[in-house]
Amino acid sequence: MTSTLDFAPRPGAAPLPRMVLAQAGAEMRAMLRNGEQLLLTLIIPVLLLVGFSRAPLISVTGPRVDFVAPGVLALAVMSTAFTGQAIATGFERRYGVLKRLGASPLSRPGLMLAKTAAVLGVEVIQVAVICAVALAMGWSPHGDPLWIALLIVLGTAAFSGLGLLIAGTLRAEATLAAANLVYLVLLGLGGVVFPIARFPEGIQPILELLPITALTNGMRSVLASGGGFPAGPVLVLLVWAVVTLGVAGRTFRWE
Amino acid sequence: MPDAANTRLAEGADGAPAVEVRDLVKRYGRTTAVDGLTLSCARGRVTAILGPNGAGKTSTIEICEGFRQADGGEVRVLGLAPSDRSLKARVGVMLQAGGVPPAMRAGEWLRLMARFHAHPLDPAALLDRLGLAEHARTPYRRLSGGQQQRLSLAGAIVGRPELVFLDEPTAGLDPQARYACWDVVTGLREAGVSVVLTTHYMDEAEKIADQVIIIDHGRVVAAGTPATLTGAERQLRFRARPGLNLDELLSALPQGSAAKESPAGHYIIEGQVAPGLLATVTAWCASEGVTAEDLSIERRTLEDVFLELTGRELR
Repeated sequence: MTSTLDFAPRPGAAPLPRMVLAQAGAEMRAMLRNGEQLLLTLIIPVLLLVGFSRAPLISVTGPRVDFVAPGVLALAVMSTAFTGQAIATGFERRYGVLKRLGASPLSRPGLMLAKTAAVLGVEVIQVAVICAVALAMGWSPHGDPLWIALLIVLGTAAFSGLGLLIAGTLRAEATLAAANLVYLVLLGLGGVVFPIARFPEGIQPILELLPITALTNGMRSVLASGGGFPAGPVLVLLVWAVVTLGVAGRTFRWE
Repeated sequence: MPDAANTRLAEGADGAPAVEVRDLVKRYGRTTAVDGLTLSCARGRVTAILGPNGAGKTSTIEICEGFRQADGGEVRVLGLAPSDRSLKARVGVMLQAGGVPPAMRAGEWLRLMARFHAHPLDPAALLDRLGLAEHARTPYRRLSGGQQQRLSLAGAIVGRPELVFLDEPTAGLDPQARYACWDVVTGLREAGVSVVLTTHYMDEAEKIADQVIIIDHGRVVAAGTPATLTGAERQLRFRARPGLNLDELLSALPQGSAAKESPAGHYIIEGQVAPGLLATVTAWCASEGVTAEDLSIERRTLEDVFLELTGRELR
């Protein structure tokens, strides 16, 4: 059956919110459908949470889950905003997806907004799943949820900047390798599951300047100890966000 | 430098051509891909840009689409600079390849493109028209090359644009898919949409284009309707033993006729193809003791014109 289609010109861009929502929805579906992404964003964090809360691999004061859960939440933010986004964006550039979107009415700021919304959307799912698992394991979180939200948003900005910086300059394969390598290094060094107190005292101040350490320490100071405004971590994340997003904005190549 | 304001291309005018390019220059390092190219594509018409590989077709079209910056010259698309954001909703673009996330389903991508526009075509009906209805749930990477091309074409027109740029829309398509694509281009033209496409296929340009622009080495070498380019002249062609001496034949033909052997064993007689000509040629063949095979009288094809202008060597 051939349908009647009226090709007569009737151009017009959709309202920006509709375009951003449509693009964000498509990106979220893509992230949740991709097996490797799901491994990175949900399965590995949940396995680490369960494994390190159950097995006596680390010595901390208090219940292990109270120490591990904030770190795993920070890891979840890094895996989606940095690793997942860098890899996906690198391949979008390679496959001409970004170029094609550049010819659509969705503007580049609109696309960035959609990507941010998609990352935040996936993070909501991650936080829900990780919290549910942690609570089932006897986790007792403290602190003001507002500080947690602030830390997650700043962490997302810092890691997105870092991810887009890599994806916008390196080839897709190099981005894939670099994003995974940085993920592993930061996972090991950033106090996610291994307390940074285990590292030599000389390098601890340097480690504390890493975005993952700042996010982990911030989450832990609020969730585990019910601490107030985490000024130090917030400042570190803010600097990372401003620098990486600024540099990425200048160096990003769309083709 | 353009010395006077009146030599500049019209800006923003509604009556402006769909595309107007003047003295366009594009360089990549030391290579000059586009070298002072001037062309104009009329509104509501189908314009085919023909040229060998590396002639500068894609560079030109991608500058018009706003993807690349010109190094010199002026470009107006619907009377506006290509970077004008208002063009994004008015101009549809089909890239030569790619542009769709490999894991995204065909229908999902087309619906997404439709969501970017205020008055889009119905994505399902458009998929149907292009023979992709069965593949609406197929991920892009599992579509055949021809299906990917057709989806990309659908994406270019789903927003009901005034002008569409199609970069080699039928490259690699099977005959049915090419006809489906031509049918859509013809439908767009009938609806008043301006179409600018690049192609390698002469028959495509001859069949669907109102205007053909042949470019080579970054310059326009010929432009006009397919009929004016191929001329009213007819040709008589036949095959025979190579190396026949054509002088005697020429003396028997009317003034203004031309005869040549190209390639070996293929003879072409150009000029006034009157009824007597056929008799003269066959009589001459008989006197030479050869039989003329595949004898035909036809119009010069666009391919003849193209090869004449751009040469036969491979590049």
